[in-house]
Amino acid sequence: MAPFIELDRLCKSFDDGRTFAVHDVTLQVEPGLLVALVGASGSGKTTTLKFINRLIEPDSGTVRIEGELVAASDPATLRRRIGYVFQGIGLFPHMSVEENVAITPQLLGWPQAEVATRVNELLDLVELPRSYASRSPSGLSGGEQQRVGVARAIAARPKIVLMDEPFGALDPITRDSVRSSYQSLHSRLGLTTIMVTHDVQEAVLLADRIAVMSAGRILAYDTPRALLSFEAGAAEVANLMAMPKRQAERIRALTGGDPRDDAHG
Amino acid sequence: MDERTLDALRLLPDYLAQHVLLSLVALGLGILIGLPLAVAATRHRGLRVAALAAASLVQTIPGLALLALFYPLLLGLSALSQSTFGVGLPALGFLPSVMALTLYAVLPVLRNAIAGLAGLDPAVIEAADAVGMTSAQRLMQVEAPLAAPVVMAGIRTAAVWTIGAATLSTSVGQTSLGNYIFSGLQTENWIFVLFGCVVAALLALAVDQLLGLIETGVTQRDRIRVHVGLASIVIGAGVALTPLMLAAPHTYLVGAKNFSEQFILAELIAERLAREGATAERREGLGSAIAFRALASGDIDVYVDYSGTLWTNVMERRDSPERQAMLDELTRWMADRYKVRVLGALGFENAYALAMKRGRAAELGVRSIEDLARHAPRLSFGTDLEFLSRPEWSSLKGAYALNFAEERSYNPTFMYRALQTGDVDVISAFSSDGRIAADGLELLADPKHAIPSYDAVLLISPRRANDPSMLRALEPLIGKITQQRMQEANFMVDRDTDKVSPRETARFLARSIGVPVR
Repeated sequence: MAPFIELDRLCKSFDDGRTFAVHDVTLQVEPGLLVALVGASGSGKTTTLKFINRLIEPDSGTVRIEGELVAASDPATLRRRIGYVFQGIGLFPHMSVEENVAITPQLLGWPQAEVATRVNELLDLVELPRSYASRSPSGLSGGEQQRVGVARAIAARPKIVLMDEPFGALDPITRDSVRSSYQSLHSRLGLTTIMVTHDVQEAVLLADRIAVMSAGRILAYDTPRALLSFEAGAAEVANLMAMPKRQAERIRALTGGDPRDDAHG
Repeated sequence: MDERTLDALRLLPDYLAQHVLLSLVALGLGILIGLPLAVAATRHRGLRVAALAAASLVQTIPGLALLALFYPLLLGLSALSQSTFGVGLPALGFLPSVMALTLYAVLPVLRNAIAGLAGLDPAVIEAADAVGMTSAQRLMQVEAPLAAPVVMAGIRTAAVWTIGAATLSTSVGQTSLGNYIFSGLQTENWIFVLFGCVVAALLALAVDQLLGLIETGVTQRDRIRVHVGLASIVIGAGVALTPLMLAAPHTYLVGAKNFSEQFILAELIAERLAREGATAERREGLGSAIAFRALASGDIDVYVDYSGTLWTNVMERRDSPERQAMLDELTRWMADRYKVRVLGALGFENAYALAMKRGRAAELGVRSIEDLARHAPRLSFGTDLEFLSRPEWSSLKGAYALNFAEERSYNPTFMYRALQTGDVDVISAFSSDGRIAADGLELLADPKHAIPSYDAVLLISPRRANDPSMLRALEPLIGKITQQRMQEANFMVDRDTDKVSPRETARFLARSIGVPVR
């Protein structure tokens, strides 16, 4: 399939070229995929993500969406057709849940009635009661707030959703539930999602493809399965991927997956 | 009710209306300048530092000094615009007051708006960009509403400051509630002073409460409070401003410096003009140097000054010819240089003179300034606020080698009091002051003629130099007011008990010199 989002030799330095936050990043994402950018903090994954909707401009290199250069389009217009979810959640505290969710359709000038219908539809999609529409975001739990954040991101029916550590601030149980809700939305709506995370396990469980980043470069880009069995490549990738494997083995051991436990029974 | 309270109440509609208009315009401009500047400053770091530094610097300049600074600035601008466009600017009154107060109002608005905008959660700002808002949409839909409570608090502070500082605009000839305070302080009319303070404070308090209502409304997103607050301010301002819309256009502007004699004479001039069917607006409490410039540039039409003052300060002459020669030379010079008409001398002199308590002078054997010079190193000298910086003082000091142990400046009223209580031994008195006779003071002779004559003269602005009603109104006053009559009139206003207002005194004076008034 033809690449849907195409990053080509992107570079960015925040200190006039002494060090590079992003160095020569090239990535091609096919439509419908959920791609995780994984790496330690400072590896350049968030910067790379923000190139796509021009929250950050690269020093060199290009981003194309469906073959079109994003640099050629107006940033506000571009962002209205790309959903964005991030760790800070960033709901507008002076607006109700409904107003938050409706913001991009409003900016796009949708008719009022259509916006109202869409808000209800979205609350259903993210599994929030419709009665929440008039509430203030500050009265919601962290998980509920992030569901509103997701609803806001997909309100104007974007084909692409960008997520920056979207579940990082949530407690583990909430995280799991919001995560799986999103995963099903992603496939149901046929979205293409690029998600930044430092949680390798999350990436392995959620993503169709994982890009491993370190020091501004992409070290590997493949399916979780391939990366888990990846041993000949860079040591850094192997180390990173070893972690979820070790965790899985330990859990298997505790739940009776280990044959030696059976011997005692 | 007390006559002075009635007087104060009679003046209230005009003073309050002028005060409200001035504060409103200054605050409005302060907001119009402060808010966009704050927005620009949050976008550009360098501008933020510069804007805040400049605004804080302005804040450290005392309000009175700021007003005084605008006067020469506007005079310069006026001359420039006169030569470029053929139209001058008024350098006195509303314009300098508004400019100074606006500068004052900008800082709290600017500082709070910057703090409000810079203090916003960066995640919310990024979200605004990420959902596809343009820079303007982000400002209007996200930044402005979120920063509004902090911004409102700044506007509230600015309003209270502006209303308070507006009382100072009286000193550059803008009528305000400060007229009560300045004239009350000069004439020791404490009812006026108190009245001015209370009304200004009540006004500030009311505006503060209404803005507070809007502020809570904005914070709690309660539209009703915001609307009630806004409506009350609009209605209140409308009511306060009504007298201005109803008032007849003022035809003549009568100036007065900041002491009782000047207030009385300004009232006398206004009463005479009124008899000619003209209306007069008073510009009272002008600084000595400002008064003449205001007249020369047409910001006021008429006022009384003193030959010696003009001789040394305006003509910059250091000699002191005899009385009539000085008057003739002054009249000729004023017409030549400024096209200002010196209509004539009123008859009395108000010379600077050194005065001591009679008993103290006798005790030291001092009868002249020559005698005084020998004792000066052990004596303390009280003066009005400007004497020590005037050429008369340098001339006196030079002629008699005067060297006091201590020199202290007072508001004239307090200067006489300091002499009475013995805080000072010698004062710079005015020869027409009623307190000289009443307090039993000795005026010291000036055998070397170091201080020139100080004939009170009527000055008319170039524009009104040949105005028939002005001349009809004022010519009858020439040569009519003797030293004794002026001292009497001054004392009626200055004495501690049974005080009479300058307006009543002016009528009394007119009757006593046989000149009819309205």
